[in-house]
Amino acid sequence: MSANVEPRRWGASLEPNLFELGRDGRRATVMPAWDGDPVDVTLPAAYLRTDPCDLPSLSEPEVMRHYTRLSNLNHHIERGMYPLGSCTMKYNPRLNEVVAAMPGFADLHPEQDEEDIQGLLCALNLLQDALCRITGFDACSLVPAAGAQGEFLGMHVIRALHLANGEPHRVEVLIPDSAHGTNPASVVLTGMKPLTIASGVDGRLDPEVVRAAVGPNTAGIMITNPNTLGLFETDIVEVARIVHEAGGRLYMDGANMNAILGKAHPAKMGFDVVHLNLHKTMSTPHGGGGPGAGPICVTAELAPFLPGPTIVEADGVFHLDDHEGECRPAIHAYQGNVGVCLRALAYILRLGGDGLERVAERAVLNANYLLRRVVDEGLLQVDHPDGCLHEFIATGRDWKEAYGVRTLDVAKRLLDYGVHAPTIYFPLIVEEAMMIEPTETESRETLDEFVEILRAVRAEAAADPEILHRAPVHTPVGRMDEARAARQPDLSWLGPCNCG
Amino acid sequence: MERKYTKEHEWVTVDGDVATVGVTEYAATELGDVVFLELPEEGSTVDQGAAVGTIETVKSVEDLYCPVSGEIVEVNEAVLDAPELVNQQPLEDGWLFKVQMSEPSQADELLDEGDYASLIGG
Repeated sequence: MSANVEPRRWGASLEPNLFELGRDGRRATVMPAWDGDPVDVTLPAAYLRTDPCDLPSLSEPEVMRHYTRLSNLNHHIERGMYPLGSCTMKYNPRLNEVVAAMPGFADLHPEQDEEDIQGLLCALNLLQDALCRITGFDACSLVPAAGAQGEFLGMHVIRALHLANGEPHRVEVLIPDSAHGTNPASVVLTGMKPLTIASGVDGRLDPEVVRAAVGPNTAGIMITNPNTLGLFETDIVEVARIVHEAGGRLYMDGANMNAILGKAHPAKMGFDVVHLNLHKTMSTPHGGGGPGAGPICVTAELAPFLPGPTIVEADGVFHLDDHEGECRPAIHAYQGNVGVCLRALAYILRLGGDGLERVAERAVLNANYLLRRVVDEGLLQVDHPDGCLHEFIATGRDWKEAYGVRTLDVAKRLLDYGVHAPTIYFPLIVEEAMMIEPTETESRETLDEFVEILRAVRAEAAADPEILHRAPVHTPVGRMDEARAARQPDLSWLGPCNCG
Repeated sequence: MERKYTKEHEWVTVDGDVATVGVTEYAATELGDVVFLELPEEGSTVDQGAAVGTIETVKSVEDLYCPVSGEIVEVNEAVLDAPELVNQQPLEDGWLFKVQMSEPSQADELLDEGDYASLIGG
């Protein structure tokens, strides 16, 4: 081999993939040769492989180093602050991992007999009960694999109720203009029709606007509370009355539940369904497209429309009820992403009711501390600066006017300082939006450092806007071609012979 | 040819009773890089103000509205293949669709250049 080597800076070059790193014949584990009787392979010939499977060939340390290097190229919560609004990027406690990896959970097969999985069913039942207590509802389904799937199931359940009541014409779903984009998408997928309604000048929903929009075709309303501006919908009880009187049901997008844990029950606000993002509120990991969990909790009225099988308990024995003869939705195999649910259960049991309440208090305190500092010290403009819940929305309007830099440029420059950028350009109703959610797991020192980074970036923008236009320069890759990534995604590795 | 505008940041030029529709330079800049366009079917009949398509950018997805009533007589196939044309030449090759107007007077009532400029604070 030619010695084409040079000192290597972490993250200076992108990581080759496992196929490129491998060498033919190398193995992480070598299985002993079979020395028993020949095995009678009864699979039909059509299903038998004739060529060896094309798998990467590496040793175990090569694999470990590969994934460690990849994690070093990435920004993650174990590396630095991640104030990504709406996503609640809190720290994922290691205890959750210990619990989920217990062999009594991790080594089970979903097709095992009920008597063999009593411990798991007990744990899942406990989580359902805990989520019902947290939300104030009567029944829970852990099945949805993500928040958006929870939304879809929640709207499906409302649709199923209207159909069962002989009201198929109820298809209109009101959605405030500050909503997450997944809300209207979920409505359309259930065959209903989203109707956008304007939020008021104070950023909250105006009951009169809701009153004017409901009618005989109203299926319901989807509300995020606290909303995406980080504000509590103070008129929610009145809004619920209006929608219920019109025959509709209320769906709560629970994305922002972290702000009100133990403080407010969605059920008492008048909602009929809520979804919870376990990977936000309950500290389970945000997978890079990997498993999440978006359970929904519902009123007793909607419980008959939840997916089966459901867990039922009788005399201390748990049973999976298939609800034979009923028409129930199927959206995911078995009981959903069980490993994620176990992590959430560990988090809830560890903190208890008092602890969860303190989570909400600290999350709100942290957000308000940051809000006060960035506004009072003239670093960011905020349209509703008097206070917030768990997050606040700044506008980069003044940066654009004063320095000719946009929110995107600010976000990219923050990466150079080792913090993840806030959510940008959402909600759509705020110009040059920057959505900041520090979460309760950041210390005051980390929040102070974030303020100093913003001050430094602002000074750079004033002195030389090009620094921001060129950013990031200290990350493994610079500005990505996002348009090309969306238009021509290249997701398959076709092997070295096809790269030419 | 005089260019007219809408509050939804679309422009319209009129040739006879055919209106050509696109998005304004301001919208193209504000929306960011366009990655996908959904345009109305040729031959379909549309009402003024109806949502007739979508424009997806790296930032968001927005509805496209038809500024005038009539029949869609042509859509710009080139922008479907190369949506970046909307960012590069929003007023020329980045046009979106043409409408055979059923009520040509609607075009006269759209915003003129001065009205639109004050709308976007320019």
